[in-house]
Amino acid sequence: MLRKELVLVGHGMVGQRFLEALFDRPGADAWRVTVLAEEPRPAYDRVHLTSWFSGTTADELSLCPPEFIAEHGIDLRLGEPAARIDREARTVVTSAGRQLRYDALVLATGSYPFVPPVPGHDAEGCHVYRTIEDLRAIRAGAADAQVGAVVGGGLLGLEAAGALTAMGLRTHVVEFAPRLMALQVDEGGGEVLRRKIEELGVLVHTGAGTQQITTGEDGRVRGMALSDGTELAVDLVVFSAGVRPRDQLARDCGLPVGARGGIVVDERCRTADPHVWAIGECAQAVDGRVYGLVAPGYAMAEAVARELTGDEGSFTGADLSTKLKLLGVDVASFGDAHGTTDGALEVLYANSRSSVYKKLVIGRDGALLGGVLVGDAEAYGMLRPLALSGTPLSVPPEQLVLPASFGAAAGPVVLPDEAVVCSCHNVNRGAVRAAVRDQGCESVAAVKKCTKAGTGCGSCVKLLGTIVDEELAAGGVERSRGMCEHFAHTRAELYEIVRVKGIASFSRLIEEHGAGGTGCDVCKPAVASILASLGNGHILDGEQGALQDTNDHFLANLQRNGSYSVVPRIPGGEITPEKLIVIGEIARDFGLYTKITGGQRIDLFGATVDQLPTVWKRLVDAGFESGHAYGKALRTVKSCVGQTWCRYGVQDSVALAIELELRYRGLRAPHKLKSAVSGCARECAEAQSKDFGVIATSEGWNLYLGGNGGMTPRHADLFAADLDRETLIRTIDRFLMFYIRTADRLERTAPWLERLDGGIEHLRAVIMDDSLGICADLDELMSRHVSTYEDEWAATLAQPERLRRFVSFANAPGVPDPTVRFVPERDQIRPALPGEDGPSPQPALIAGPELEVRTR
Amino acid sequence: MTTALLTTAAVEIHDGSRWIRVCDRADLVPGRGVAVLLGTDQVALYLGPDGEPYAVENRDPFSGAHVLARGLLGSRGDVPVLLSPMYRHSFDLRTGVCLDEDFAPDGSPAVLRRWPVRLTEATTAGESR
Ligand code: SRM
Ligand SMILES: Cc1cc2nc3c(=O)[nH]c(=O)nc-3n(C[C@H](O)[C@H](O)[C@H](O)COP(=O)(O)OP(=O)(O)OC[C@H]3O[C@@H](n4cnc5c(N)ncnc54)[C@H](O)[C@@H]3O)c2cc1C
Ligand code: SF4
Ligand code: FES
Repeated sequence: MLRKELVLVGHGMVGQRFLEALFDRPGADAWRVTVLAEEPRPAYDRVHLTSWFSGTTADELSLCPPEFIAEHGIDLRLGEPAARIDREARTVVTSAGRQLRYDALVLATGSYPFVPPVPGHDAEGCHVYRTIEDLRAIRAGAADAQVGAVVGGGLLGLEAAGALTAMGLRTHVVEFAPRLMALQVDEGGGEVLRRKIEELGVLVHTGAGTQQITTGEDGRVRGMALSDGTELAVDLVVFSAGVRPRDQLARDCGLPVGARGGIVVDERCRTADPHVWAIGECAQAVDGRVYGLVAPGYAMAEAVARELTGDEGSFTGADLSTKLKLLGVDVASFGDAHGTTDGALEVLYANSRSSVYKKLVIGRDGALLGGVLVGDAEAYGMLRPLALSGTPLSVPPEQLVLPASFGAAAGPVVLPDEAVVCSCHNVNRGAVRAAVRDQGCESVAAVKKCTKAGTGCGSCVKLLGTIVDEELAAGGVERSRGMCEHFAHTRAELYEIVRVKGIASFSRLIEEHGAGGTGCDVCKPAVASILASLGNGHILDGEQGALQDTNDHFLANLQRNGSYSVVPRIPGGEITPEKLIVIGEIARDFGLYTKITGGQRIDLFGATVDQLPTVWKRLVDAGFESGHAYGKALRTVKSCVGQTWCRYGVQDSVALAIELELRYRGLRAPHKLKSAVSGCARECAEAQSKDFGVIATSEGWNLYLGGNGGMTPRHADLFAADLDRETLIRTIDRFLMFYIRTADRLERTAPWLERLDGGIEHLRAVIMDDSLGICADLDELMSRHVSTYEDEWAATLAQPERLRRFVSFANAPGVPDPTVRFVPERDQIRPALPGEDGPSPQPALIAGPELEVRTR
Repeated sequence: MTTALLTTAAVEIHDGSRWIRVCDRADLVPGRGVAVLLGTDQVALYLGPDGEPYAVENRDPFSGAHVLARGLLGSRGDVPVLLSPMYRHSFDLRTGVCLDEDFAPDGSPAVLRRWPVRLTEATTAGESR
């Protein structure tokens, strides 16, 4: 078959989507495809470009696996841009002088960052923010810079500011308009956004233009002069003052372009020349707009792919809704956000204490037209499709903006089937329901696969989940909220059952409230933790012993070769030289690997099961206690050195950290708990990344709740300021007990708080104002914990019965497991790899204590 | 001092040629395991919720560590399962077959070796005063 020639100019996000859409269709084999790409690498995810700074590699950002190019026989020419188009001859000439003939030419050249022509704009130290190469240059420049400035306070500008801040630069944002993100949000929203961003330490200058970039003798950026007279000392500048369509190729060959740039196309994305199409950011769509978002570009790509494979496609305009997390602040705008429709009314909720701003634009007929959400954009997934569908609201609009804790009680919001749920892939609610009903998709993952919904920006995934659940329920499929197949209850429900009925054993609980079966590694440890947090004695006693995960069972952490680690508690990270020496001696005598942990204490690795009691005997004798590194319990309360030594400290952070650690040690919870206390706002203890963090002020203590490191980091929220010591401790007591009572299994405080109806406001009402009347209960539970705490290891050693389990072999006590082998590395031991021969542990020990162990 | 005969319930494993007593019934806590040595083989012994003893190899095929005796027992549907403490794979206690993955990382089938096991009344010579 003689194939026609298709040339694509530009291999960006839209270009790649065009290729995918084309080769998804049966008619694609009519074309031989050549792609001219200016950048040195295949298409990558520009939307998530900023994540490159936090470690996402260029490969991970790539949108185009090499197999894709090979499989479809595409001739991809990287680093070879198109230089000229001859429409008469239907040829493209590349920068390398190659001439390519085409039957169809698709332009997807995107945009370039606009750099205002102020004096000094091209000095060394000035950057733009569009490609991976740009980011490389910024990172290199940031290495020896202290202060950065971003010109432009729009979406990209704030993203760039976030990146600079994260690299440790003091950062200014200079915005010409009177507010940030002027395109997307209104004045009220801009105010809240500004406050939130300033809280993060970014310095915002609005209503100010950049007049000049000043340079030093070496030609490098030194400062910036603003139109309001301000002079900033900066050594790195990022221009993010908007983009302009790259339409030069089209201009040069006489194709019409819009007044403000952009290759003019019709509703089929065709230019004035029937052989030439333009898609993405380089095109001016038929509605006269140039779209700077990826979703409209994708829609254009699909329209052209259809047309080139013998079908019809069209693109007449798109919705500009956006939802972003900028510097950790949720910002969303959708539909007619600025209320420009005739007769439109506004419904507003603003709360400057919690920095939340929500505005809905309501049409004369009561339909939702659009809105702006700042600080809490939870409702975006639901509101956007509602606004775009144009159907009248089924609930009063106030209900849609008020926090749930205000008892917004009326019925659920009903979305019509035509409402577009996923705008990236233009999938409506009806299509999602059909996938569940008719195509047997029983999960969001299945729906994603089958409809593509949710696979773009991801902002609709939550709503997808709701629709899938509703549809399954409608079809009679019960989606169990239960913990596992053995319990139809959530952890919080089981907690209440155990508490109210006074149940003290797993067997009674599963018998009376279980769904059949004998339990598993999900419900057994979870129930064990509930029993423990309600004060049911030593965790190894009686039946409880059989519920614990291996770590709790041996009061130590299992390592990859079957040995264990030992972590003694070092409250607040403070330790005497004597105690340090004891740890050193024990490690030396037992040949353990030692490492300082990220939690300000010392981990001793490589103990065999048999060694655990003897190691611990020596630790307990020297005054150490279990550090609960193995339990879902309080880990550490980190501290900075504080006022006692540090010249900036305003309170004794070490003393408070020790007090908190001793108060909450041993407290069993749905997941581990971490805390820290910093002696001043410099925050050397990283308290804002903890479940509960405390920062000293000259007036008292600021309490931060719901922070998390780990896989999904979250900064803690400021919960209360300038508390005295008693109020602080009482508040933490209640916070912890309320969390323990209501959280799901393995749910850290951060996701719990995010999920909590009414959020932090509700939490304040419950534990500061006692809105549920449970504070006395919570206080009593905590005082019970504090008064009944005992060190698990001391208690274990005191009872020979409890030591029976610490043998490698029941029929050969004293014989260590010969398969646990170590080899030397950097003057210590490490587990031997398979095939590596290492000495197995000697049946200890030098100068060990005598332990009475009851073996029968 | 007199010598008397004491009777204890024992656990015995068949090593292919004979029954070998490996420990007392009292060494087993229902739902929790112990490891025993059978020659050079390591065996994980469990007392199931039904009161029946189970004996499978102690080596977790996914980590290569000899830790299965330190897992938890439970059920999946009607199947009694052993849950590995390392990466939480579950194994059918009756057949030794892994329910989550068919093959271990080294390519071998993820099936635990099993041994015949029984509870007996054993009589031992003991001493009493
Ligand atoms: C030892 C230590 C690493 C080190 O050498 O520094 C460590 C080691 C382990 N961490 Fe960690 N984490 C250690 C500090 C941290 C920190 C930093 C901190 O605490 O300041 C974090 C991030 C902060 C946070 O938790 O918010 C951290 C986030 C995690 C996570 C992710 C939690 C999350 O919410 O996403 C896990 C996985 C989990 O718990 O499910 C984890 C799990 C683990 C486990 C338990 C994995 C396992 O099951 O074996 C490791 C136990 C090793 C052992 O045998 O002791 N570790 N881990 C640190 C012990 C601190 C201590 O003294 O107790
Ligand atoms: C940091 C950042 C964050 C963003 N965040 C979002 C977001 O959250 N949501 C959203 O919707 N959008 C976002 N965008 C915008 C989004 O990335 C663009 O809308 C999208 O990339 C447009 O795709 P495109 O293919 O039209 O242009 P591009 O992706 O820019 O691709 C155009 C390609 O054509 C190449 N090219 C240009 N001229 C030639 C030539 N003559 N010959 C050969 N090749 C040429 C260019 O080098 C480029 O590789 C963001 C952009 C940036 C930079
Ligand atoms: S980061 Fe991963 S590997 Fe390192 S200690 Fe924590 S859990 Fe283990
Ligand atoms: S809206 Fe972007 S993935 Fe659905």
